[in-house]
Amino acid sequence: MKVLPERDRQAEARAAALEAQLGEVQRELAQHRQRAGQAGPPEADLLRTLEARAAALREELAGLRTPWQTVALARHPQRPKAHEFLAALVDDFTELHGDRAFRDDPALTCGLGWFEGRPVAAVAPHKGRDTRENLAHNFGMPYPEGYRKALRVMKLAEKFGYPVLSFVDTPAAYPGDAAEERGQAEAIARNIMEMTRLRVPVVVTITGEGGSGGALAIAVGDAVLMLEHAIYTVIPPEGCAAILWHDATRAREAAGALRLVAADLLALEVVDEIVPEPAGGAHTDPPRAFDAVRAAVRRHLAALDGLPVDELVRRRYAKYRRMGYYEERP
Amino acid sequence: MLHWLRRPKYASTERRDLPAGLWTKCPRCGAVTYTKDLERNLKVCPTCGFHHRLSAPERLAQVLDEGSFQETDAGLASGDPLRFDGYAAKLAEAQRATGRPEAALTGFGTIDGHRVAVGALDFFFMGGSMGSVVGEKIARLAERAVDARVPLVTFAASGGARMQEGALSLMQLAKTSAAVGRVHDARLPYLSVLCDPTTGGVTASFAFLGDVILAEPGALIGFAGRRVIEQTIRRKLPAQFQTAEFCLEHGLIDLVVPRGQLRETLGRLLRYFGAPRLQAATPAPGGAAP
Repeated sequence: MKVLPERDRQAEARAAALEAQLGEVQRELAQHRQRAGQAGPPEADLLRTLEARAAALREELAGLRTPWQTVALARHPQRPKAHEFLAALVDDFTELHGDRAFRDDPALTCGLGWFEGRPVAAVAPHKGRDTRENLAHNFGMPYPEGYRKALRVMKLAEKFGYPVLSFVDTPAAYPGDAAEERGQAEAIARNIMEMTRLRVPVVVTITGEGGSGGALAIAVGDAVLMLEHAIYTVIPPEGCAAILWHDATRAREAAGALRLVAADLLALEVVDEIVPEPAGGAHTDPPRAFDAVRAAVRRHLAALDGLPVDELVRRRYAKYRRMGYYEERP
Repeated sequence: MLHWLRRPKYASTERRDLPAGLWTKCPRCGAVTYTKDLERNLKVCPTCGFHHRLSAPERLAQVLDEGSFQETDAGLASGDPLRFDGYAAKLAEAQRATGRPEAALTGFGTIDGHRVAVGALDFFFMGGSMGSVVGEKIARLAERAVDARVPLVTFAASGGARMQEGALSLMQLAKTSAAVGRVHDARLPYLSVLCDPTTGGVTASFAFLGDVILAEPGALIGFAGRRVIEQTIRRKLPAQFQTAEFCLEHGLIDLVVPRGQLRETLGRLLRYFGAPRLQAATPAPGGAAP
């Protein structure tokens, strides 16, 4: 167990200043563009200067890689979604529907398929790429029946001795009144407990947002991989800022304080491996991101294959049992 | 996780409104009660039945047989693994204000003569939030219950995970749930009592994994905060939402038990589960790896 090194507050402050400048330049650009139709060459020159300035600011920002920028990358609208990782890695996928009690939750995709020629069960939230898709899949925020469906499919895998692959990208468990009425807390708690003792290998990949308990309910595994620009956090930075400082706009600061980036989580031993992304982020070259995850999953599955089941479960228990940081006096 | 901060702070009402805490005003009905009388009444308002919040030591004193409590893992103390601004100061302040090292108090004791591994969270210590120490204490308690082959009883009172410990606090959900899984594998009873308030990460882990889940009348119980839900669904929620009675009606918990009957109810359940006889009866199933 270790304490993290100090945050790079200088870089965070620099990034904040750069973003403020960029906002200013973009406002000016918008104003001048409106007038650009009527104006002559001087206006066009000014536009070019401003555009160059904006590009330079963006480039410098990209070089800084602060936690807040990682949050933006993890939530990038073009970022490949968890269910797309599932579709890319799992062949011949048959989606299974429903929790057998209430309804089918479209926010979570669950089913059976083949990973490199071997049968697996797979689970992934469904975040949309546009408003229509997001509304249809509730922005990838599951209800209790979604988690219960996922558990049903994981128990199915256990029955037949197939590994479970989980791909995680969800802002949160859905915070709605109906979700509470149907036992959101219990559904998450039960999934977490059952996953700690599932008698087949479980390989988890955090691909985008790992949003608190809603993510953990499908993210307990023998190996937990995390994409380079994914985030994993106990509370969204906005919520953290609202509670701590009564000001949700200080989310940037909270993103730094929460230590939600992959490197910090690896140091805290919350995740086991970071999967590198194509330069600029997974959205710049999704097939390469899929390949990187596929290779990592293959390697971890192969390592887990050799373990007797009791040893597998014992190791998983010990791994979660170790997590945390405390001091002990006699 | 969010709403407990906005709830009235009953403890400070008690202390500030009236001189020297001799008298206590009920935050629900406004009745003023002689504090000694209120304590004799288990801190339940004699006029309206409002259940005042209890500290962890008060809770265990009320429910355990007198003098039976032996604390375990008292030496566990929080660090500041994230170097989170202000956390160290908040911890020190909570320790000063409560005289306790952390938000969980755990150990062994007897309820109506039944030996149990028992733990209580203290809402007065940083909102009963679960960081590494609370998670470790609950996990060790569950393991101690298995080793001693006694039932596990917990009293939850918590705003949720302790965000100052970031993802490490989230992982305490997994740690405590895994340990409670061992209690179930060992076929030992787990009684979980939800007190006001039990929300966020504590509901999404050990607190909702009891064989029998009990709650105190009027306790706030839920996963997501009221304000977050209202913003999401763009509707006001009824006052009754996320109360113990609401949870009972929706089939989420087994019993709502007034404080005066809590000890007797736990004793009856422990007797039913045959705590002493279970020891030799059933072997743990194959799944229970050591």
